[in-house]
Amino acid sequence: MTPEKRADYWSANLLLLMVLLIIWFVVSFGFGILLVEPLNAFHLGGYPLGFWFAQQGSIYVFVALIFIYAAAMNKLDIKFDVGEE
Amino acid sequence: MTALEIWTYSIVGLTFATYIGIAVWSRAKSTSDFYVAGGGVNPVANGMATAADWMSAASFISMAGMIAFNGYGGSVFLMGWTGGYVLLALLLAPYLRKFGKFTVPEFIGDRYYSQTARVVAVVCLILASVTYVIGQMTGIGVAFGRFLGVSYEMGILAGMGIVAIYAIMGGMKGITYTQIAQYVVLIFAYTIPAIFISLNLTGNPLPQLGLGGEYMRDGVSSGMTLLAKLDQVVTDLGFKEYTTQVMGSSLNMFVYTLSLMIGTAGLPHVIIRFFTVPKVRDARFSAGWALVFIAILYTTAPAVGAMARLNLIDTIQIGPIGSEQGNLVYDDRPDWFKRWEATGLLKWEDKNDDGRIQYYNDQNPEFAAKAEEWGWRGNEMVTVNNDIIVLANPEIAGLPDWVIALVVAGGLAAALSTAAGLLLAISSAISHDLLKGVFMPHISEKRELLAGRLAMIAAILLAGYLGINPPGFAAGTVAIAFGLAASSLFPALMMGIFAKRMNSAGAVAGMIAGLVVTLLYVFQHKGILFIQGTSFLAPDLGMGANWFFGITPEAFGAIGAGVNFLVAIAVFKFAAPPPEHIQHLVEDVRIPRGSGAATGH
Repeated sequence: MTPEKRADYWSANLLLLMVLLIIWFVVSFGFGILLVEPLNAFHLGGYPLGFWFAQQGSIYVFVALIFIYAAAMNKLDIKFDVGEE
Repeated sequence: MTALEIWTYSIVGLTFATYIGIAVWSRAKSTSDFYVAGGGVNPVANGMATAADWMSAASFISMAGMIAFNGYGGSVFLMGWTGGYVLLALLLAPYLRKFGKFTVPEFIGDRYYSQTARVVAVVCLILASVTYVIGQMTGIGVAFGRFLGVSYEMGILAGMGIVAIYAIMGGMKGITYTQIAQYVVLIFAYTIPAIFISLNLTGNPLPQLGLGGEYMRDGVSSGMTLLAKLDQVVTDLGFKEYTTQVMGSSLNMFVYTLSLMIGTAGLPHVIIRFFTVPKVRDARFSAGWALVFIAILYTTAPAVGAMARLNLIDTIQIGPIGSEQGNLVYDDRPDWFKRWEATGLLKWEDKNDDGRIQYYNDQNPEFAAKAEEWGWRGNEMVTVNNDIIVLANPEIAGLPDWVIALVVAGGLAAALSTAAGLLLAISSAISHDLLKGVFMPHISEKRELLAGRLAMIAAILLAGYLGINPPGFAAGTVAIAFGLAASSLFPALMMGIFAKRMNSAGAVAGMIAGLVVTLLYVFQHKGILFIQGTSFLAPDLGMGANWFFGITPEAFGAIGAGVNFLVAIAVFKFAAPPPEHIQHLVEDVRIPRGSGAATGH
């Protein structure tokens, strides 16, 4: 494997990480803490929306993020031919 | 023997027999079996074992109570203890699996080509894990003491005995398969009472939906949501509004959540679970499964907390607030109330001698005038322990005895599974990192396996001793265990993977700086090793309580991590870059191809 290809794989990985970690930050620290008050003006069923993100929503998003990461990395592994046999 | 005792002995006995059966079936035959369960664990199974490994006595018994009494502020635990898995899955687990060794200090030692780095990592690991394991031991002692009619010490000895059987014989292999069984026990024990209480209060069997549903006790519609009802009930008694009550300040909640997340990702007993799966891709998916299994409990806990708080207040405040008949007559208190008074988790003092219970917030100056007018002389529920929320939940909801017995078995499963994982992290650090890594590099595999078992015995004895005689710092699980994992281990691991040129000097200086700064802040508030009277806050010098931007010592790990990163980068610039072969090692860790099963050499 050439050093260029190695570097490309790594930067594709870093880009993916950046996108996913931004979402991770926004749903928990953003919606759950920093923006909780304005969001509480809206409701999701009987939940004030900010409170819902802090006690329920962020956790669901975390689960989704890990599976999206795992699936996307598998694709990257195949694309760059660095996966396990 | 009462019916409840018979149920409790039967269910706890049955679960214990299962754990012992698994122990006999899964004996360790090699160091690979002992340290990483042979490296062939299915990723979903490992996810389940990780969930049990992770969810401790505190998650099971105490967390819902912490949420119940902190309301929205309790969200730091919910987000912090789950969000860390995103960091673990994306930043650490797959790469450390690819590295393919047995322990966390081993990665740090190899990556930073330094025995010093490895020993510092061992010290952090042992400090964090020992503090953490004491909490599990006391949890076991308390559960036995309250429900099985044996003494606290006997309870701990029984717990030690059961862990010893499967951890010494099977090492990680025995621990993995018992953790899977323990997960099943604990998740049923947690969710069944939650489903009943949610049905009872909202008509919805799913607690996650019930918490956002309409309040309709016993099917009677109230026209209000459950959370609005709870907000009203607590504010009417002078407490802070449930859905907006913050913990400290928004900044403190932010830093606290971040500390718990980083700490979660850096805890060695969790990381080593990912060394047991066959491939890098398995490690990625396994982290997702772990969080699925964790989320089942973590999304249920806020419903349990909110609903139990409402039930507790409704039990005491039976009529309009302020009218004499509004408060429960003490002699009419329900049976569960009496039972939990006997344990000291609930305590009542009749401050105004009216024989009725007044439970309200007497620290609220705006409420004081009203309370005065009604003849209330202070909050009479002088103790309402957090743990009551989960432990008394089935009794408050009027559930049958077998559910109560199941909760006991669940609490024990949560404590035992976490204790075993921690004990393995401690014993492998001693036998693999210290003995084989530093003192006896040429030890044979057979003798290392024996050393691992002896280290396990020593760790169990130490944990039991500290459980029976808890030192002051046992109260500091969050501050010390999460603080050290966050401030010392996580940055070293992360830079080890993502900063190819980070050198030994930088990493070691960073780890030590993070460790020292965090411990100093914690000890400054709580006393040196939490010994009373040795705290050294200095308000005259601007160092009063929570002097650093109002951040509490429990929340300080993230600040320590920041110090670690800064110091590491500063020192890095003055030292030589890592040798060529280390940079190749980092390149190699970043790519899945070529991963084998974890090995000891």
